[in-house]
Order: sequence, then C-alpha cells, then structure tokens
Amino acid sequence: MSKVLMKGNEAIGEAAIRAGCKNYFAYPITPQSEVAEYLAKRMPEVDGVFLQGESEVAVGYMIFGAAAAGERVMTTSSSPGVSLMSEAISYISAAQCPAVFVNIMRGGPGLGGILPSQGDYFQATKGGGHGDYHLLVLAPDGVQEAVEMTMKAFTLAEKYRGPVMILGDGLIGQMMEPVEFPDDLKTEPSNKDDWATSGMDTRKSNKRNLVRSLFLDPKELNANNLALKAKYEQMKKEEVLYEGYNTDTDYKVLIVSYGTMSRVCKTSIDMMKQEGIEVGLLRPKSLFPFPEEAIFKAATKESCKSVISIEMSMGQMVEDVERCIKGQKKVDFYGECGGEIPSPEKIIDVIKGLL
Amino acid sequence: MQTEIKFAGFGGQGILLSAKLLAYAAMKQDFFVAWVPSYGPEMRGGTAYCTVVISDKRIGSPIIKNPSHLVAMNRPSLEKFAKDVKPGGVIFINSSLIPTRSERDDITELIVPANDIATKAGSIRAANIVALSAFAAKTKLVDLEILKNCVKEEFAAKAKIIPLNMKAFDDGVNITNNS
Repeated sequence: MSKVLMKGNEAIGEAAIRAGCKNYFAYPITPQSEVAEYLAKRMPEVDGVFLQGESEVAVGYMIFGAAAAGERVMTTSSSPGVSLMSEAISYISAAQCPAVFVNIMRGGPGLGGILPSQGDYFQATKGGGHGDYHLLVLAPDGVQEAVEMTMKAFTLAEKYRGPVMILGDGLIGQMMEPVEFPDDLKTEPSNKDDWATSGMDTRKSNKRNLVRSLFLDPKELNANNLALKAKYEQMKKEEVLYEGYNTDTDYKVLIVSYGTMSRVCKTSIDMMKQEGIEVGLLRPKSLFPFPEEAIFKAATKESCKSVISIEMSMGQMVEDVERCIKGQKKVDFYGECGGEIPSPEKIIDVIKGLL
Repeated sequence: MQTEIKFAGFGGQGILLSAKLLAYAAMKQDFFVAWVPSYGPEMRGGTAYCTVVISDKRIGSPIIKNPSHLVAMNRPSLEKFAKDVKPGGVIFINSSLIPTRSERDDITELIVPANDIATKAGSIRAANIVALSAFAAKTKLVDLEILKNCVKEEFAAKAKIIPLNMKAFDDGVNITNNS
C-alpha cells in the first residue's frame, strides 16, 4: 500500500471503512464535518450505513443500538456534540458494548470556537457522563496516527467491550499529511456472542443476551461496577502508550504534552538543542490509561529539575502529571486556548523561564 | 532541511488546490509534507490561506509563523503576509491583481500576471496553476514533471480541462524561465 495525501478527517473515515465498520451515524459540526461528508459517499460503496441523526443525543443512542446488535459502529463529533452524546456514552459503558467515538476538539466551553483545542481532556478521561466509568482514550499527533489509532480503537473496543475514544483536535482533522493504511480488519467482532442481541442463528449456545444499564438490585449494580473496574485495571496493565523524545539526554526540563501540542514542543526541543539546551518530552499516546510510571521515571531522572505540562487548555492533563510525580519534582503548566496554537518560540520562552 | 510555503488569496482563487498539488508532488519525491489550511472565521469573505511544509525529516510543528516563501494571489494577502517571509525567500506576486510590491529588499520577488496568462491560455480559473508552476520553476522545490503529472491526476475526472491546465502550467514555467 502506497502513501496517499489525505485530510485527517477523511483519513479517519477511511480508517473506519478499513476496520470493517459498516455503521456510521453522526451529526455535522465543524471542524470534523468532512468525516461525515467522506463516509456519506464511502459507506454505501461497502454496503454500509451512513445516517445523519437529528441531533447528537439521538446519534449517541443509535450507536448504542448498533453496538448492542453486535455491529462495528463509529461516530465522530466535536466538543459540544460530544457533550450531547455523553449520556449515551455512560449507558454504553454500563451496558458493556463496544463502540468508537472520535472527538475532534474545538474551543470551549459552550459553543466556544471552531479552532483547535485540548479543552476536553477532563471530559474524555474523567467522565463526561455520569457514573463510575472510563473511556479508553487515544490521542493521535497527526494523520498517520489518527488512522492507526482509529483502526486499533475497534479492536480495543471489542477486547474491553466498551467505548473507545479518539481524542484529536481541529488541526489534525483539517490538516493533510501522507498516510499509509495498515492492513484491513475484515472479521466481525469475534466475541459478539458474549453480548450481541442478534446472531442467534449462528450462535453455538442458546444463551440469550440482555443489554441493559439498569441494575436495581444493589448487589448486581455493585458487581457490574466491579466488572468495569476490573477492565480499567487491565487497561492500565496492557494498553498504556507513550513516546519519549530527546529523553536519552541529560535534560533539565521534562515537557509532558500530547497531540498537536506535542509536535510544537518537539520543534522547540530541536531548536533549543541547537543552543545546547537539552529538554525532554514525554508524550502520552493513551490518555486513559495514563502513562503514570513512564512519567514518574522520566521526571525523577537525576538531571531533571522540573516538569511542565503544556496543553491547549487552561490546565487539565497537568493534574494527572502532578498525580504521577507524587511531589518528587516541581510541576509547572503552560497553556493557551482560543484556537491559536502556541508557537515553538513561545514554548522556548516558557522553558527558558524554568531554567 | 525544511521549507514552508504560504499560499494566500481570495476564497475561490484555488489557493488550497495549488498548495495541495505542491504538497502532493513533494510527497511523491518522498519528502515529509503537511498541508495546513486556515479554517477560522477569517475565511468568510476575507483572505484564504494555506501553508505547505516540506521536509526531509518528520515535521514537528505544522503551524508556521514565518514561512520560507509566499505565493500572494491578491493584494490583501501581500500586504498581510509579506513581512512574515524569512529573509532569502521568494515572494510570488500576482501582478494582474496586485499593483504594489513587497517593499522588502531581503527577498526575491517573482512578479507574474497570473490572471492574464491564464485568461490567454483559455480561462482565468487556471491562474492558480500558472502561479504554482511559475513559483515551482523559480524555487525548484519539486520536480516540475512530477508536479505537472500531479496537476493532470487532479483533473483526471474532468478530462476536458486538462489541456487548459497543461497549457497554463507550461506558460507559468516559461514566464519564470524567461524573466
């Protein structure tokens, strides 16, 4: 497979097709509407279903329905739209059905703006909807990773029988980069007999599945929450993803940054290297589970004097960074929101202020 | 080595397409590329712009404040962005629509009446292709044959307008080479 030049949004749509997803329901919102535009054309070509819901609330429950029926299903939206879907995400988590949600973040709160942001970190990693649930959250830093993570998200959603979120931002959605698609996933969910409400004709047993999120018996509810908890613990063991950049040097400052922001930080690090200043970067690729140990290890390296979380938000991931470092090093924060992505020069100024 | 090119003009002038074709040609030569459009509220009625980053290494920040070169298709674009271009760069000026100049002496101006050349070639709509090929011939960022093939591929579904765009492409290259 050779490289193609694609917009992040279109590439995410194509990744879903190649992951064997035949169901895409969505409601348009900038800056991710091209996913819907792309799949409106592409889904019928693979005998799939493209459906524009009447609202994101409806879309959330369409996703729930398709997932409960054992279908690979995805939706994409941007921040305000994901807020509207959050109720359904909580229900899908409780009912333990696999589904893929993509949030191409824009500025908030409220209607905010249409430019890139990382203001939904809390919403993605700490809840959004109600109750004791987590999403498995992957954060790409460009179009290639957006494709790889979207395809992987379907596998992970089925492995853990729950919703997986791709957390990108408006830049990743709008930008074109060369992309190479991994091999197609062709199979149906292999474990669908465990939860799907359809497929009795091919099911080996006569076991009927009931999909629900209501557990009035406290023992049953507690058991369901324990089952969810066990999955989150397993994710923490098996699904942590991160990248170190310039971390083999004796860096004085460690940056923790993800997604688009981490790319700007990499440029800053390269520029500072020219001046003889070594700065390391730890980039979480999975935001839940969070790379706790890797960050602790990188931060407690002897040369490292301080740690800074750099985000396109007013300070969200920094709380997780502080939690991992357990007071061992000073943790600073720098962030901007509103849509202007901080420049490499700005980041250099901030880092030099820490030296 | 990294080069950044800002394409700017009115919405509808084919800025995004010119930029995409350059990025596509660079990709075919195994460069790392990024194509970053402006999609903010300024697009509605104002200046549309788009940045292409071409590099032999993985691209860090795709957001560029000071591009190496500028392709200005209208006057507001030149006025807004000329000052940002790095010293030593090329500023393409579409002189059909821009009576002014960059007022800089540390860059090279490439002055081409792209609209007039395109009109003569058959349609004013090919002005973006004239600008692209003239700029590419000047900067030699990509192989011109590869770029020309990218233009041809882009219009594959509209075979009728390929000859027009091929002529526009050649005319753009010629005006640079003869200037």
